Amino acid sequence: MSDAIKAATLEYATRLGDDSVVLGHRISEWISYGPFLEEDIAYGNVSLDYIGRARMFYTYAAELADDGRDEDDFAYMRNDREYRNLLLFEMPKGDFAYSQVRQLFADVYYTVLLPELLQSKDETLSAIAAKAIKETKYHLRRSRDWVLRLGDGTEESHKRTQKAVDALWGYTHELFDMDATEQLLADEGIGVDVSKLRDAWLQRVTEILTEATLTVPEDSWEVKGGRIGYHTENLGHMLTEMQIVHRSHPGCKW
Amino acid sequence: MSVTEKLELFEVFVRSKRGLDHKHVGSLHAEDHEQALEYARDCYTRRSEGVSIWVVKSADICASQEDDADCFYDPNDDKPYRHATYYVLPDPVNNM
Repeated sequence: MSDAIKAATLEYATRLGDDSVVLGHRISEWISYGPFLEEDIAYGNVSLDYIGRARMFYTYAAELADDGRDEDDFAYMRNDREYRNLLLFEMPKGDFAYSQVRQLFADVYYTVLLPELLQSKDETLSAIAAKAIKETKYHLRRSRDWVLRLGDGTEESHKRTQKAVDALWGYTHELFDMDATEQLLADEGIGVDVSKLRDAWLQRVTEILTEATLTVPEDSWEVKGGRIGYHTENLGHMLTEMQIVHRSHPGCKW
Repeated sequence: MSVTEKLELFEVFVRSKRGLDHKHVGSLHAEDHEQALEYARDCYTRRSEGVSIWVVKSADICASQEDDADCFYDPNDDKPYRHATYYVLPDPVNNM
């Protein structure tokens, strides 16, 4: 592996790890706040799937970095400006409809992304994708089900779900953004060219939103910046809470 | 009414291995069968993956009553010939 490819792959694994840990943490904020016990447990499991994914990406990133850092250093010892996650995933959990709409956008995204990553020439990235595909199939069953129930539910649940769709839509464009790093990896057959995935994503999301009697918003605004470390004000607060224990007791074991 | 009072109660049966029977593992609340199946997967199979899950509405189970115990089970106790162990087996058959 040339130095340029290695550096790009390290950045890529970190980005994918950041996406997983940030979304995983946001989902974990529902634990003990779920609408009822069964859902609480189920959504907590989804969170664990994402945390598990983050661990795999970070472990690989640490291996590539080869500078003495481990997965925990990647998760807990970097500040918000060093995080490279998509902005969609750092938005606060909001109400239940908001979280499920975000989840649907994420699950459809991974449904189209992971089969491509599975084809990666990089064996580690391919292996992580293989494991994640199965999880995502189940995640989508859940989020699709909830969006249908809420969108096509009561007047109140429909209103809230539509509001969430409108509020989050502008953050979905970033999911399909490419930069020089990702383009290099896509050309090498290591990374995924996400710019080619939006049509499939949009078609799937449109089908589900329509079935849920919801309206697909116009593409009237978009916010980006997560991939270069420009975040919304929400990420800093989230990381403070997520990192406090590790930073207060470095290396602590229990 | 709390959320769970509005939801239906389901009984969950899991078959942990091929060839074994489905075993009753517990119950849960859900909106309908489909959702009950998903929650059953999350509540009862995450640690030792089962191969098959059944869910059935608790209200659909017809159960025997304790009061019926006398007429249901006692009559069998004085009829030992109903049990295989009553019969003397020929020696070549070691176990039954």
